[in-house]
Amino acid sequence: MTIEIRGRCVVPGYAEGEALVSHETISGWGGIDPATGTIIERRHELFGVCFTGKVLVFPGAKGSSGWSGFFQSTRLLGTAPLAMVFTTMTTKAALGAVVTRVPAMSEFDHDPTEVVNTGDWVVVAADQGLLTVTPSRGSARR
Amino acid sequence: MRLTDEEKAMLDGAEGPAVAAAMDLLVRYGDALGAERLCETRNVAGTMTQPSPVKAKLVREGGWNKSFAVINLDCDDDIEIPPMRVPTCQLQHGFSDDALGIAPYPPNMVELQGDAESFFGGRGVNILATCTPYQVGNLPVRGEHCAWMESSAVVYCNSVLGARTNCEGTASTGAASLTGRIPYWGNHLPENRHGTHLIESRVPVDGFLDWGMFGYFVGDLVQEARPVISGDLRRPDLNDLKHFGAAAASSGGVEIYHLPGTTPEAPTLAAAFGGGRLPEPVVYGERERRQVYETLNNQGTSTDVDFVLLGCPHASLDQIARAARALEGRKLNPGTELWVMTPRALRSVADRNGYTRVIEEAGGKVLTDSCPAMSRSAPVGTRVFATDSAKQAHYLPAILGIEAWFGTLEECVDAAVTGKWRGDLRAVEGAR
Repeated sequence: MTIEIRGRCVVPGYAEGEALVSHETISGWGGIDPATGTIIERRHELFGVCFTGKVLVFPGAKGSSGWSGFFQSTRLLGTAPLAMVFTTMTTKAALGAVVTRVPAMSEFDHDPTEVVNTGDWVVVAADQGLLTVTPSRGSARR
Repeated sequence: MRLTDEEKAMLDGAEGPAVAAAMDLLVRYGDALGAERLCETRNVAGTMTQPSPVKAKLVREGGWNKSFAVINLDCDDDIEIPPMRVPTCQLQHGFSDDALGIAPYPPNMVELQGDAESFFGGRGVNILATCTPYQVGNLPVRGEHCAWMESSAVVYCNSVLGARTNCEGTASTGAASLTGRIPYWGNHLPENRHGTHLIESRVPVDGFLDWGMFGYFVGDLVQEARPVISGDLRRPDLNDLKHFGAAAASSGGVEIYHLPGTTPEAPTLAAAFGGGRLPEPVVYGERERRQVYETLNNQGTSTDVDFVLLGCPHASLDQIARAARALEGRKLNPGTELWVMTPRALRSVADRNGYTRVIEEAGGKVLTDSCPAMSRSAPVGTRVFATDSAKQAHYLPAILGIEAWFGTLEECVDAAVTGKWRGDLRAVEGAR
């Protein structure tokens, strides 16, 4: 069983991989460590979790304007996520996706943080504006 | 995106490869946003000189031209960086030589930054070196299109000054500085500046601590939306609004708010919502106030304070004077350090006024250019710090892995003198 949702292309490209879903917005500066590709905000639901090589699904960016620079550093240090899928468009998230140079999508017909669960297999076809989700075995559907 | 003929020429290389790369980044960024066009700006606040290990490597490979190309233009080509096309300033960056021997910050980074200042200063970047450019030489006028970074400066620029900027990043400000353009999107459009949420305070919001806590509540509540605040709000000054905005941009992503009767685009409550229907107010009462206080003070167990940080965002002269008054004739606890962060231009006034001498005689330091969070640098061995800034209390525990206390400037000075945290929200109410 797969689920398809439609959104807008933010950064063109194609990627497929395992999803890492955050239901909370993510900070760049003070929120992630580019050297290790992990979330470091103490009160965050993904505190200590690594996003490298994952399709990062999140509601949007928050906090400092260092957001894009920190995600650009994940590219330069080899710890970047595989793709970015986010609900709310902001300048931080848009520029962050551009300079991370990974396929990215936003503005979906269904909220991806509700549709996708961590561990699901996600195909990001940004040029076509199509996100295809294959739930992982045992993933709890809501 | 639609480009003008002049913009198309820039993209095609008519003004050289660096300007072409800058325009290419703006087109990619504008497309990502879904912007229809660019707008002209003559006011850029970005960052080029801040040292980092990534930047040090790029400078070794190809000098500051390479660093600017990769970091500020997202361009992999070897290009020469021309003078800035429009007025551009450097925001806060790393510690400078005035912090050598005080902040445990690598001297080679201080040297790298000094080198960067020469390069970019020579290309017309004004080295204001502060998160509060509006305090020291870059005060936009109402309605002016700006391209600013630094979330606390962005929210001040939009809300208090009525100028127009999105929360830009390192690459978009770099591209704006060489083109005088930025995507016409978000806060640049008048219709996107009206309020979306109404928050009404049922408790007095009075003084620096309470304005910061209220900001932290509002940011967490509305996230990226546009709050209008009302209720029992006592007349704020520059410090209060600087703290309110910085806090709202830390717990959430607030880039513009309205305070009817005070901020320029909201002469009335109705005007703050652009004449549309007023939403139901969300109430901020004593319970919410206490929850914010407890959230900011739920980041540690030890009351042994070894570091006190004041001046986030960078302190005004009033704040430095107040710190000096609180410290006059006192001595810091031998195991505790106190730093006040301020722009270098204001530090020179503080020196002249004698505030710096009073703070230093007590054992404190007045430092410039940076902050512990930006430079990831606090006194050696710091395990517990105290601050009067909701923003620094929000970020520094994560960045340095230390415990935090949040309270008034006077409580922070008390902690610096006694080495013990004795802050208490009730005492604050009693003192009002």
